[in-house]
Amino acid sequence: MAIVFILVAPVIGGLVAGIDRKITAHMQGRVGPSIFQPFYDVGKLFEKENAVVNETQIFYAVCYIIFMAFTGALFFAGGDLLLVIFALTLAQVFLVLGAFAANSPYSYIGAERELLQIMAYEPMVILTAVGMFVATRSFNVSEIATTTIPVVLLIPGIFLGFLYTLTIKLRKSPFDISTSHHAHQEIVKGVTTEFSGPSLGLIEITHWYETVLLLGLLYLFFGWNPLLAVVAIVVLYLIEILIDNTNARVRWQFAVKSAWLVALIVGVINLAILYFLSGGVP
Amino acid sequence: MTYLAKSPWIIHYDASSCNGCDIEILACLTPMYDVERFGIINTGNPKHADIFVVTGSINEANREVIQNIYNQMPDPKVVVAVGICACSGGVFRECYNVAGGIDKLIPVDVYVPGCAARPESIIDGIVTALGILEEKRTKNVHSPQVTDNGRAEHPKRHAKGGAE
Repeated sequence: MAIVFILVAPVIGGLVAGIDRKITAHMQGRVGPSIFQPFYDVGKLFEKENAVVNETQIFYAVCYIIFMAFTGALFFAGGDLLLVIFALTLAQVFLVLGAFAANSPYSYIGAERELLQIMAYEPMVILTAVGMFVATRSFNVSEIATTTIPVVLLIPGIFLGFLYTLTIKLRKSPFDISTSHHAHQEIVKGVTTEFSGPSLGLIEITHWYETVLLLGLLYLFFGWNPLLAVVAIVVLYLIEILIDNTNARVRWQFAVKSAWLVALIVGVINLAILYFLSGGVP
Repeated sequence: MTYLAKSPWIIHYDASSCNGCDIEILACLTPMYDVERFGIINTGNPKHADIFVVTGSINEANREVIQNIYNQMPDPKVVVAVGICACSGGVFRECYNVAGGIDKLIPVDVYVPGCAARPESIIDGIVTALGILEEKRTKNVHSPQVTDNGRAEHPKRHAKGGAE
């Protein structure tokens, strides 16, 4: 399953990105590019010269994709959910380091915004793992995915909180505070400013891996009914695209504050209710 | 099978243009013309771009910027001069601070004349540029690093005489 992920996830992730762009274009009254456009883009990037400010950048870009692939492989092999989340954070940190490696003001601002974004979603992602444990008594992805317990009904608050952070993780408006799919000329694109050619291509492929991993996390909430899970993933992704196209970007202060507030309110209250219902047994 | 022609990313720089051509370039991105359907993206970042679209002519304030953008773009790359000012200096070519068209400073591959150039002709120019881009890739052309060579010469300023 881990090897299947490493081979197939870029294809699925790229297609999702392509369909996303097509639907976005239709929502804006445009025809839009082919759904294979992300593959053309990355293919093009690998045909270009690899011009970097600092050789270390390439190393960090390679580390970023390796750790993201490792995270996904761990997840789809049914590993420990906590380890998956920590590995995911580590992968993100390599992107930040890559942006900091070049001495460029745009890159620095991008890296700082990426750090803020990590700070915004991290509490809720960890609460998601805790919620999964409370609901299914296991941190093992293989057990959570095949459980007969309707997880989403036990932890609806955590599910809503996770959807909130999903918008941040998928880099959708209103939370595209670091790297967006639309704002090519804006400062938020800073994190990839100093990458070009093949190393930028690697970062794009890493985003595809990440998308598939996040959709996999979404699956865990509906693990007891695979059909429902697939329907839910498709519907929720379409809603994400709609949100992306109907919202303006918020300030990073709001993104961090609101993400933490949501994690605190829906996440912690949900866990507290489950705790009391189970008679004080954690 | 090449991907270069299917995903041309553009950087657009306004060098002393009157904004007429810039508005027409932006019009290409609107639902009316929607160049994204050809995979064309306006990146605004020289390190991501394949095509350098310049409007307006060279003057003392922007010659360094144009060189900088051109030098930072990874190969293969092409330059499209949009509008008559970018092609030859246009009506401003006699001005004391205007050096002329973009080709006075960096090698230009496609000229799109017009005042202002129409979106159709801009798209046509970029599609022409794609062929040159592909040719440069197959021939493995390395673009030269451009350095400033005309900054100190101001014959017209001296010609006016007077104060000096």
